Amino acid sequence: MPLWTWTGLKAGKAATRWPQSGPDGQEGVLGMPRLDIAACRSGCDLCVESCPTHAIHQVDGEPVIDYGRCIVCQRCVEECPEGAMQSSCDWAFGVRQRSDLIWSAALESAEAADLRKRIAASQRRSLHIRHVDAGSCNACESEISALDNPFYNLHRLGIFFTPSPRFADLLMVTGPVTAPMHDVLLATWEAMPEPRSVMATGTCAVSGAPMDEGYASGSGLEGILPVDIWLPGCPPNPAALIHALLLLVERMPQKVTGGQYAR
Amino acid sequence: MNMHSPMNHCSIRSVTAGQLAAVAQECLDQRMRFLMAWHDWEGQQCVVRYLLSQKDNPEFVLLELRDTDTIPSLAALVPLLGWYEREMQDLGGLHFTGHPEPFPLIIHEGFSIPQPPLGINGRSGHLSGLYQPPTMPEVQGDQVQDLYWGPVRADVVETGEFHYSYIGEAILHYHPRLFFKHRGMEARFAGQDAQRSVYLAERVSGVGSACHALAYCQAVENAWGIEVPPRAQLLRVIIVELERLYNHFHYFGQLSKTTTLKVGAATGFLMEEKVKQLAGELTGSRYLRSLLRVGGLRRDLQAEHLAHALEPIIDEGEAYLDRLQQTATHLDRLMGTGVLSPSAAFDQGATGPVARASGLDRDLRRDHPYAAYHKLRFNVPVRQKGDAMARSEVRGEALREAIALLVQASGRLKAGPVHTEFDVPGGAQQGLGWAETPRGTLIYAVRIEDGRLQRVKIKSPSFSNWRVFPLTVHGTNMMDYAINEASFGLTIAGCDR
Repeated sequence: MPLWTWTGLKAGKAATRWPQSGPDGQEGVLGMPRLDIAACRSGCDLCVESCPTHAIHQVDGEPVIDYGRCIVCQRCVEECPEGAMQSSCDWAFGVRQRSDLIWSAALESAEAADLRKRIAASQRRSLHIRHVDAGSCNACESEISALDNPFYNLHRLGIFFTPSPRFADLLMVTGPVTAPMHDVLLATWEAMPEPRSVMATGTCAVSGAPMDEGYASGSGLEGILPVDIWLPGCPPNPAALIHALLLLVERMPQKVTGGQYAR
Repeated sequence: MNMHSPMNHCSIRSVTAGQLAAVAQECLDQRMRFLMAWHDWEGQQCVVRYLLSQKDNPEFVLLELRDTDTIPSLAALVPLLGWYEREMQDLGGLHFTGHPEPFPLIIHEGFSIPQPPLGINGRSGHLSGLYQPPTMPEVQGDQVQDLYWGPVRADVVETGEFHYSYIGEAILHYHPRLFFKHRGMEARFAGQDAQRSVYLAERVSGVGSACHALAYCQAVENAWGIEVPPRAQLLRVIIVELERLYNHFHYFGQLSKTTTLKVGAATGFLMEEKVKQLAGELTGSRYLRSLLRVGGLRRDLQAEHLAHALEPIIDEGEAYLDRLQQTATHLDRLMGTGVLSPSAAFDQGATGPVARASGLDRDLRRDHPYAAYHKLRFNVPVRQKGDAMARSEVRGEALREAIALLVQASGRLKAGPVHTEFDVPGGAQQGLGWAETPRGTLIYAVRIEDGRLQRVKIKSPSFSNWRVFPLTVHGTNMMDYAINEASFGLTIAGCDR
């Protein structure tokens, strides 16, 4: 046992200092596709056709993306002949309003620019999370567990997982909500003291995609629980999870408004 | 429609319900092993298929039973078929007579669905109901306590409900109730374009995304007779061995966590993270998703210098495994914990490292080669004791073999195309695809008509190993439970599908 203490100390700190500085650990990881609306050729619907989860629709000849249904499969990027759909490393998609995941050309600039400037009020409280798996594929659990590994070391941010919903501030839900998990999920939420928050974690929990429309699973948390943060991603990577958690406690600003990613 | 399209790598034998038990016994006598059983409705005709592997022969045996949906249960003769039969009862509307455990499995007590979702009329309606406790054996005694743990349990874990009947520390009976996470994955494939459904396979079990994509693609490629170019075959090996590597590091992190070795756990999870970051940089996806397609890969990967990139991981990984091997407090907890005998492992369907730790020398990569494995050299570690120690030793050696395979495969890469162009054939085809995942045998069986999937059966390794696991818990003690469970390295999503 002393050998382990020694090797642990010798190895030194493995934790990144991100988001203050240092790497976020997502080098090269592909995120949600970017839409360059200027490059889009009117009347073409290859991206709409290519999307397996129906995250892209056409309105007045132009594509509208619902990032809440995107599973980052990159197929629209491969299919678009004009390069209007581009691969990106955008993953910080946690938002407060579900509607902010839907591309809206009308929302360009003013509010988005405002958000870029806004560093939310530092309500630097400690946060305790109860996670519930409501039918995920387990990739979300794998990434949520990774938050406790030495690289992300979530504790350094004052954020902890708790075994009991009685001690939890936040309910972090993964999966599309399968039939047997529906009541279990509500019971867990009921057991939490107020004030309590809910995070829909991963594309399935945001919209059900691509697991909706089956005989056994639901369409995510909409209409089931009052959601405070919507975080799509299949799965959302650990940096995206941290961003969304810090967004909840107003320690980082929201990046996405009207489906558009602030850079 | 061709009702009797052949299946690749299989010799098919038709049987009647009356012959079934005798034929099964004959197969067992010839040292064959049942791998899975599934049903299909071809029009109005019910077909039940049993897949078996033969001793020292890469060809599988497929028993086909047609024209009846009432079938004598083989579960008493071949216990591992018990769950497959119950699944066919719950989801397919079939009837198995004389089943020793005729209880619901996938559809919980208290839940129902208007008609079986994989039944003769196809899927309609939604699963609904209210919670009821599962069917359990009655355990009576003075000091007996019952503990219901779950479905929401401590820590970030997958959903499952575990029931223990125990006296003091001693567990008399243990029953895991799974399938809370059942998403109806097999039914989701039905009617979909076979070329475009890889993304679904990738989402059956997230930490097995690459192996699921590979087994699925191989099933379709086998159905359509598509040859995958050599570069893609080697890259596929690299992709799934990276998956094996991060899974095995996670395994040791989790195992160390249960033996309360904090730095050991942190090191294992950090190694896992390093492999995932490497995967992210190399492929764009930490879970190695969106890479495979039917016919090869969606894009080329620059993996020629992988051995160089792996160097720090190799050194640190070796030192980590060595340190674990020298830690008496850790090893003490593994020795003699959760013993699975070779006969129970064989009869109940254990697979992967769990089976190999109980003396079953089986590995699909060697016994039924796919991708580029026939060109690569690797050992298949086997142990005899069947305890948590043996399981962790098998994983440790498998981790080293995964690294050796990554170095070999990346060294052999030559420039070339990464996918084959082909025309989707009309008519009906069937195909079988498989992969040795970090947890064992994964099989996809597909039936396609005019490019659209009609039936997809997924046999996941955790479905097999969850069935076996309780046998190692009955009669043991509460203190060892978490260690034993970690030593199995199970997932629930793959099992529940």
